[in-house]
Amino acid sequence: MQKAPAQQLVDHLFRHESGKMVAVLTRIFGMHNLEMAEDVVQEAFLKAIQVWKFGMPPNPAAWLMQTARNKAIDIVRREGYARRYSAEVAEQLTAETENTVMQFFSDHEISDSQLRLVFACCHPSLKQEDQVALTLKTVSGFGVAEIARALLTNEAAIQKRLYRAKQQIKENNIYVEIPAGPALYERLETVYTVLYLLFNEGYNSIKAEELIRKDLCMEAMRLCKLLSENKAGAKPSTYALLALMCLQASRFDSRIDENNSIILLQHQDRTKWNQQLIQMGYCYLNQSSKGDYLSVYHIESAIAAEHCLAATFSQTNWQHMLHLYNILLGIKPTPVVMLNRAVILSTCGQTEKAIMEILAITGIEALLQTQYIYSAVLGDMYLTLKDYGNAKSMLALSARLTNSTAEKNLLGKKLKIVEQLL
Amino acid sequence: MAVRCNTIILIIISKKQTLMKDFMLIFINGEGSSKFSPEEMQANMQQWFNWINDLKAKGIYVSGEALLPGGKTVKGADGIITDGPFAESKEVVGGYFIVKAESIENAAEIGKSSPDLPHGGAVEVREVMKF
Repeated sequence: MQKAPAQQLVDHLFRHESGKMVAVLTRIFGMHNLEMAEDVVQEAFLKAIQVWKFGMPPNPAAWLMQTARNKAIDIVRREGYARRYSAEVAEQLTAETENTVMQFFSDHEISDSQLRLVFACCHPSLKQEDQVALTLKTVSGFGVAEIARALLTNEAAIQKRLYRAKQQIKENNIYVEIPAGPALYERLETVYTVLYLLFNEGYNSIKAEELIRKDLCMEAMRLCKLLSENKAGAKPSTYALLALMCLQASRFDSRIDENNSIILLQHQDRTKWNQQLIQMGYCYLNQSSKGDYLSVYHIESAIAAEHCLAATFSQTNWQHMLHLYNILLGIKPTPVVMLNRAVILSTCGQTEKAIMEILAITGIEALLQTQYIYSAVLGDMYLTLKDYGNAKSMLALSARLTNSTAEKNLLGKKLKIVEQLL
Repeated sequence: MAVRCNTIILIIISKKQTLMKDFMLIFINGEGSSKFSPEEMQANMQQWFNWINDLKAKGIYVSGEALLPGGKTVKGADGIITDGPFAESKEVVGGYFIVKAESIENAAEIGKSSPDLPHGGAVEVREVMKF
């Protein structure tokens, strides 16, 4: 018997189609009927997995969309006016319903709807953690368990966030729309924050499993790209954020070794950096240079680009890097930026000054007791200054605070070195 | 469940060339899959594709067809037509395979590798009658 070619679905087809379908359906049903939209999508998927087992349609994505569309027409008709008028009028209205619903299913309208849903999920009346969870659930098609895994929390917490978000949507009468005028810029800032958070959760949380972390980064990039392709979203800051994501993602595979230990920037194999993503990053960076507004993402992507441009760690242009950090500090004077700037200062040979600046951060005592990164950095700096006593206590504190095995391994190695030197 | 026995399914069976007999694997959907996330649905789908490909590679898969959810029942001398009982239950026949096997036990073994068993699904195995 001739072997039939193995049937294969495009990666994440269901997840991506789910996002598209929910977007179109909420636009038709209204954001307050989000759950109804989600039910229709779930029903379409169930039908698909029952039927496709025995033979796949030639265009699976179109099949799903059509199933959702037919269901939407049914619902609008049933919930609508059909029964209340004469047969003649009802017939015309029915035909009208079909046309009205159909128009939302063109390719252009689908991507527009997706973006509208992103904006709705990022409505300022929602808490930030709820915005993130809701975006992942509706726009990205993640399941509750997957969101919990990606955000390192449990399913009950995610259920609570989604419930709270849906309550807010109903209470605040949130529409599925892209705001206009000054409101657009305000909302865009929230959208950037949510996408940036999504990306960072994926990029920085070593604790989560590799696959879901990558999915999260890819999803943030996909949504940011979608944003950049829309008239309302194609702003210089959007390109800057997209550039930042591409440049950071290029180092994704070179940051962790086979033992799940972190490989520091200076030890990474730069030939493993993804050149295609780096080139895309430069390209978006170029597009971000229009206009005269300098966003945080502009500076951060310039910093990421500076790393990519250096052939080796020691060849990095540290003076320029320091200059970029000085600008960043001006726009975003947060403890993390101060800490990172201090690291550059130290690399430029000013370690003593760097330590002083870290210790001068407002609230540093509390930060040292709660976040491992501050003591980890200070430990390294004391090590550079050959102040082994302080180095040991800082590294030990840090090892106690981190939950990540990779971090613990790395800190353990350093502690051993210090103890031999003491 | 009783309804299923009354369901008439016409099958065209290819002529047997070996001692193998034809069996019908009837798949009854479970409740489990209704709570799947899109990614889990896709994974389940892929498991089915892999399973069917595997059966085809072994040369024991003859045919298979899906049944759409929902349906009608015709009953009694008056031929009363009703919806369901499919509408109320998710545990309905989702489709069937015709496979080749030497015995009903062997055919049941094939049914054991159905990807839906962990999700509350069931497989009914019946021998196809030949005259």
